[in-house]
Amino acid sequence: MSPHRTLVGVDVGGTFTDLAFFDEATRSFRTAKAPSNRGDEAVGFIEGLKRLGSIAGLGAIIHGTTVGTNALLERKGARIGLITTPGFRDALEMRRRDRPHTWGLWGDFTPIASREMRLEVPERTLADGTIRTAVDLAAVEAACRRLLDAGAEALAIVFINAYANPANERAAYDAARAVWPNPHVAHSAQILPEIREFERTSTTALNAYLQPVVASYLTRLEAGLEAEAFSGSFHIVQSNGGVMSTATARKFPVRTALSGPAAGVIAAAAIAGAAGYPDIVTADLGGTSFDVSLVAGGEASLAAQTTIDFGMVVRTPMIEITTIGAGGGSIAHVDAGGMLAVGPESAGSRPGPVAYGQGNTRPTLTDANIVLGRINADKPIGGKLARLDVEAARAAILKSIGEPLGLGAEAAAEAVIHVANARMAGAIRLVSIERGHDPARFTAVPFGGGGALHVGALIRDVGLRSALVPRYPGITSALGCIMADIRHDQVMTVNLMLDSVDAGALDARMIEAGQQAHAVVATSGLSMERIDITYELDMHYQGQTHTVAVPLPVTLAGTASTGISPAIIRKAFERAYAEAFSRLLPGIPVRIVNLRTAAIGRRPPFDLKALAPSADSTREAAQRGSRKVWFDGGWHQASIWDRLALPVDAEVEGPAILEQPDATTVIDPGLSARVDAFGNLIVERCR
Amino acid sequence: MSALDPVTFAILAGRLEQVADEMDATLYRSAFNPIIAEARDACHGLYHATTGATLVQGAKGLPIFVGAMAFAVKAVIDKVAEGAGIEPGDTFIFNDPYAGGTHLNDFRLVRPLIRQGRIFAWLASVGHWLDIGGNVPGGYNPQATECFQEGVLIPPVKLFRAGVLQQDIVDILQANTRLPRSNWGDLNGQLNALDLGEKRFHALIDEYGDDVVTAALDAASARADALMRQNIAALPDGRYSFEDYLDNDGIVDERLTIALDLTIAGDTMTLDFSRSSPPCRGPVNIARSTAVACCYVALKHVFTAVPANAGCLNPISFDIPETTFLGVSAPRPVAGYTETILRMIGVVFGALAKADPARATAAPFGTINALSIAGHRPGGERWVMFSFFGGGLGGNPLSDGLNHANNPISTATIPPAEILEASYPVMFTQWALRPDSAGAGEHRGGFGAVYEIEILSPGGADISLLGERGRYAPFGVGGGGPAALNTFTWDSDDGPRTAPMASKVTGVRLKQGQRLRLETPGGGGWGDPARRSPDAIARDIRQELVSPGAAATMTKVSAA
Repeated sequence: MSPHRTLVGVDVGGTFTDLAFFDEATRSFRTAKAPSNRGDEAVGFIEGLKRLGSIAGLGAIIHGTTVGTNALLERKGARIGLITTPGFRDALEMRRRDRPHTWGLWGDFTPIASREMRLEVPERTLADGTIRTAVDLAAVEAACRRLLDAGAEALAIVFINAYANPANERAAYDAARAVWPNPHVAHSAQILPEIREFERTSTTALNAYLQPVVASYLTRLEAGLEAEAFSGSFHIVQSNGGVMSTATARKFPVRTALSGPAAGVIAAAAIAGAAGYPDIVTADLGGTSFDVSLVAGGEASLAAQTTIDFGMVVRTPMIEITTIGAGGGSIAHVDAGGMLAVGPESAGSRPGPVAYGQGNTRPTLTDANIVLGRINADKPIGGKLARLDVEAARAAILKSIGEPLGLGAEAAAEAVIHVANARMAGAIRLVSIERGHDPARFTAVPFGGGGALHVGALIRDVGLRSALVPRYPGITSALGCIMADIRHDQVMTVNLMLDSVDAGALDARMIEAGQQAHAVVATSGLSMERIDITYELDMHYQGQTHTVAVPLPVTLAGTASTGISPAIIRKAFERAYAEAFSRLLPGIPVRIVNLRTAAIGRRPPFDLKALAPSADSTREAAQRGSRKVWFDGGWHQASIWDRLALPVDAEVEGPAILEQPDATTVIDPGLSARVDAFGNLIVERCR
Repeated sequence: MSALDPVTFAILAGRLEQVADEMDATLYRSAFNPIIAEARDACHGLYHATTGATLVQGAKGLPIFVGAMAFAVKAVIDKVAEGAGIEPGDTFIFNDPYAGGTHLNDFRLVRPLIRQGRIFAWLASVGHWLDIGGNVPGGYNPQATECFQEGVLIPPVKLFRAGVLQQDIVDILQANTRLPRSNWGDLNGQLNALDLGEKRFHALIDEYGDDVVTAALDAASARADALMRQNIAALPDGRYSFEDYLDNDGIVDERLTIALDLTIAGDTMTLDFSRSSPPCRGPVNIARSTAVACCYVALKHVFTAVPANAGCLNPISFDIPETTFLGVSAPRPVAGYTETILRMIGVVFGALAKADPARATAAPFGTINALSIAGHRPGGERWVMFSFFGGGLGGNPLSDGLNHANNPISTATIPPAEILEASYPVMFTQWALRPDSAGAGEHRGGFGAVYEIEILSPGGADISLLGERGRYAPFGVGGGGPAALNTFTWDSDDGPRTAPMASKVTGVRLKQGQRLRLETPGGGGWGDPARRSPDAIARDIRQELVSPGAAATMTKVSAA
């Protein structure tokens, strides 16, 4: 490995491309920003890099991308073909027989592969792995040609019970590769060798759907980098918060579905961890949604699957991000039954809040913050608007909220903020209390622009320990790119009874899976301190269909045994089960469903002191006077501060507003904020 | 008592529902049988201390239980008043369908939430247990003429007394099922949910105060009442009648009529079912509480913004006489209640379509298709694969109907075929959409499904099915056409067979290698098929979901 390198993290957002530069030799950080170019993200990407100096000299570029996410949300993936077992052509469209809403029967579903693009070939594997009918390879070839003639750009092959025995799928894959004119072919056991045909079909099909899109994006980026004589390595952040090579990203583009947000969570965890806060809840308030994620003991929680949209399920480990429809643009209204509600309908960023003057007349959460003086109407964040129309926002809130509830404009605006805070608090409770975590241990970490407006209130609503506002909330995701570990996850369905488990055979499978994952990480080309192999089993009592995740206290060192034994597994299972539910069920046999293996290449720690305020800053120089801000039923004279100019250890008591170009932090009365050694703001209750 | 301001109300409404949601999620994750774990045939909530009325319900709870649970809790309140008494740590268990609705498989656990020595409210959990004895594994005996043939009936009894589990009762339950382990697992899952709910509700009430929470619950009920009245008032006054039919009751091969006269008068609505057929011999009777609950489900699907608590039923009166099969008492058999309530829901949609054509929804597929396949493993252990199957939803003003959906009474997901194949000796040879099964219309219905299953078990398997729509197809609205009928066929040594009662049969024995085939209806169509866009017609043909012949027929029908 090279003695020292320069790394750049690149986060392409909807409006801006943010970059974070780190020099391993001098331990120095720099940041840059360039406008994003929607539709051709490569332009902003290269432009941003140039602002940091010579691209040719860079050691590694690590990229958090939303190209995959956007293609999924906007249904702009490739035209794909699907080859299936006889009788299962419609698995993708049958879904799990669900419907979009509990109440109301309207709405339909369009699968990403239209029915004429889904073909069956003779083959059948049984649930125990027995091949009942060998795959008809001539039929596979014919199906490929038919799909190609119909315009397919990518191919997914999904056979029933391939998790138990992928032989038919593999044979079909080889035959398909021989006639398919591009590398965009995958079979389900490569993508997700796990039981449940709909989830596996959906994930494999969505992978194919993204393959051409992500591949062509990466090719454009690589061409751009090559033109600048870049000779370092280029990596992509996965939804699991780990980094992968672009070669792996081309094979598994579905693993980029949450690439951008995952990088933000990783950075928030690293920043808070360095500051002494290993237990955090990240809080990202955007225009239409509020995203939260839990990090306990420095480790982000992973979810096994996520639903992108109705009927579009992606099952690969990803950082668990819980989203509710409450953002700055969420519309506040009093419903016909007299209840105040905020969202889920949103004015988005266009037309945006009433105060933006772009045509919306229904008040939003942002309007409430403006009316109460929390957002500075003369210095809008993002810098695109010169000034915000406070009077229009005030009139809208008075009309839509104040009049129906018999409240004045300010009281109505405060009510909107309380209700929005309650919804955000609900999301935080969902990921903390409902998962058995005591919120009093946790610190809220807002990133992105909006979260810091509300994070103080959330401390009180949920009973959190504190809040930590990173020094540069707007570039958290870019920072996360350069901090993220290298990671590779694998899963296989094993279906073993614990009572009769052959520990030697399981050990051999664990060693093999561990070595495979290790190899993927070891060749990444980024500097690492070590590679950790972790194992987890999905287990349940026989008869249950859901499983609990059971982390195993064993690892892999070289080719030696992992030391796994039935006793170790049982103890780990009972612990995990008791944590999840109040009752163990002695006497009922226990089953191991899946083996999950992760290889994690641990990156060298970053010295975040590089972000700290300069030594010559003073509290006095940061003061910007005061203005009227509404809290707890009345106007208060709140002190106003230039947040970035505050020195280490400076303390500010609420009511106060701390302003910086990409975020506004509100310190409610009764709370105080302190600048820590890294330049973070720590918000706590006054002692 | 002016403790409640609008902001606290808005906040509490969300927090109370979050607790019920968490109770639902706890049971889904820890349940043993797929009907709860995957199909979410369960529900949790908080109920009024003295009336049993629904106060708070989880957003994901099975819709039909949302309406029925109030009656179940009332049954416990009555039992307590009759002398059973109540003390902290008590939990009642029962499955009596005449006291709280639905059928014997649904076990209810009811526990008081005691604050300062008084019952503040009741917590309840209901879940569908896989087997409760009776003539047919899984409980859907299509030939039952008394509830005693459908399984064991447990009246409200105390499973816990002052926190102590009554093992005697568990022993009785365990002795009366083919699947004691599964039921024991589900019972524990329901207890997990109650434990959690009790803890969470106490914490929430401690935080806000008993008076404030009580005021919020009252306000929520008043809000539901007001919203329902507004919705009703928006409909033109008048009397709207609609009828639909069940194929038969499984015993006597005669159709059963569900006739509704729906009257709108100002902001009130009357649902009069008194012209419906009398009580029947077979298992498609329902208790009055079930009938009320399913009307609630129908209205909630139309007026989606009205919150799920008892207040929304205040403006509605019901006429469901005991002289009809919609208001029976013990021991009339009720196991097939799902078929009856699905038809009732359709009839409510049909009558409302006349009152408000702009918001009309065509009939959903309208049958649960409770299919039981059972046998013995080589070691002698019994296996029972029991599941419900999907079909198409009705065309509607917004879109074509959804393909392969669940019924309106349910939010159930179907277990994956691979889970079923891994758990039972069966193999699916078809798990597919059913072409030509949707009703024609400007917005056609959704397509039903074809499930074809081969028996792999060397000892063969016993089959029974309780389904409907074998003779009376899901209707269209606004000129839309009907969907295809439900069909059920199976292999025999003498060739393919069909059931004499259309979709109700028991005692069918299949050998290893033989297959059964269930083809479910789609949804009815919405609007004149002649107005369907040529692109949509071409797409359906290209996708082989509508055969060219059928498309031509549809056009001809519409042109005529």
